Amino acid sequence: MSTDSNPITTEAEEKKEEVYEAEHVHKVYDIIAPHFSATRYKPWPIVERFLREMPAGSVGLDVGCGNGKYLGVNPSLFMIGTDRSRGLASIANHEFKHEAHVADALDLPHPPGRFDFAISIAVIHHFSSPERRVQAVRSILATLRTDKENPGRALIYVWALEQKNSRRGWDENSPQDVFVPWVLQKGNKSKQPKEKSQKQAKNLVETEVKATASPSGDSAQTRAACEPEEEKKEAEPNPVYNRYYHLYKQGELGADAVEAGGKVIEAGYEKDNHWAIIIPA
Amino acid sequence: MKLLTANFITCSVKSCQSVTPALSFRDAELAREEIDFSPLFLRNILPRIDWPLLQRTAKELGFPALPETKPELSPIAEGDEEGVGSEEEQKLLKELHSLLLETSVQSGKLVCANCGHEYPISQGIANFLLPNHLV
Repeated sequence: MSTDSNPITTEAEEKKEEVYEAEHVHKVYDIIAPHFSATRYKPWPIVERFLREMPAGSVGLDVGCGNGKYLGVNPSLFMIGTDRSRGLASIANHEFKHEAHVADALDLPHPPGRFDFAISIAVIHHFSSPERRVQAVRSILATLRTDKENPGRALIYVWALEQKNSRRGWDENSPQDVFVPWVLQKGNKSKQPKEKSQKQAKNLVETEVKATASPSGDSAQTRAACEPEEEKKEAEPNPVYNRYYHLYKQGELGADAVEAGGKVIEAGYEKDNHWAIIIPA
Repeated sequence: MKLLTANFITCSVKSCQSVTPALSFRDAELAREEIDFSPLFLRNILPRIDWPLLQRTAKELGFPALPETKPELSPIAEGDEEGVGSEEEQKLLKELHSLLLETSVQSGKLVCANCGHEYPISQGIANFLLPNHLV
């Protein structure tokens, strides 16, 4: 058996990124699933419009469906959701009675070219390398119908780097790879909170963070600067979990779409997110 | 996993995705849950069904044989907003409703005829994650 003289292979890199995402994305969502779900019940308007405008009987996917809040927006459609987190897929499936299963966006269990539409909302920014982010778009596009006349379309949302006016205050010069903390509210089970407490929870959970993160970064660099405010009030501090995000620059999602073999037919910026509707080119 | 979902599922391994049909149910435990019948929904979804695959799935799970070819429905009459159609069509749509939407596989596995990988299903949820050597 020969030994590899160059241990830094693409495969090794890929593996490293998988391990990194398992630790800083998948594990976190499994732990925070019920609390996360309780704060995620209102569909975003552009996503809702996209789903409502689909013809009745269209068949589509929600890649990274979370608690499944988009799976029932338009009951005249048939939608299948998948999520990397079993915890979230379970909530979508058992609590909200949607068709949700466990899958990786890079290895979707669907026949190619069969779907009228796909959505992937706030998901692919969790992939930790440019190659994997492009691969995610390619994987989603592969599921869509390719007829030239009326191709399937994918709506993809990612978090934007440019959000100067948000509480986080990032701008185009901020680091693109960051940790965003989730402050787990103890005792907050899957029950949907009332409007007021919901707002408070949101302020607490997405505390500002300025640390950079990357699969290759050292631990000092990747430490998130997070001091949740309510720690002072609580006798026992709520645990904080950091999720890895890649923040997209203006135009980056479109460039990824083209590299993935797609064509952007509509794109925009909405509330700190970039979005694009992409068809197979 | 509802049987309608199973009609849009294949092996996660890329090289198996061109093989039709790649997945078969094994050791499946079924459940039935009554849900509201919408003839219009079934009319709209019928054109999207892979009929040979549905026939195969139904056979695997021990259901009576489905018609040889996908049923052709006549256009719904004016005023029939719910798409009820003729008595015969309604019977057929009810049967499809029961099979596709009310029947689900609660546990068991989906096995790929091409690569042999088994995807477990538990509590109605299938797990399509691949072991590293298959990626």
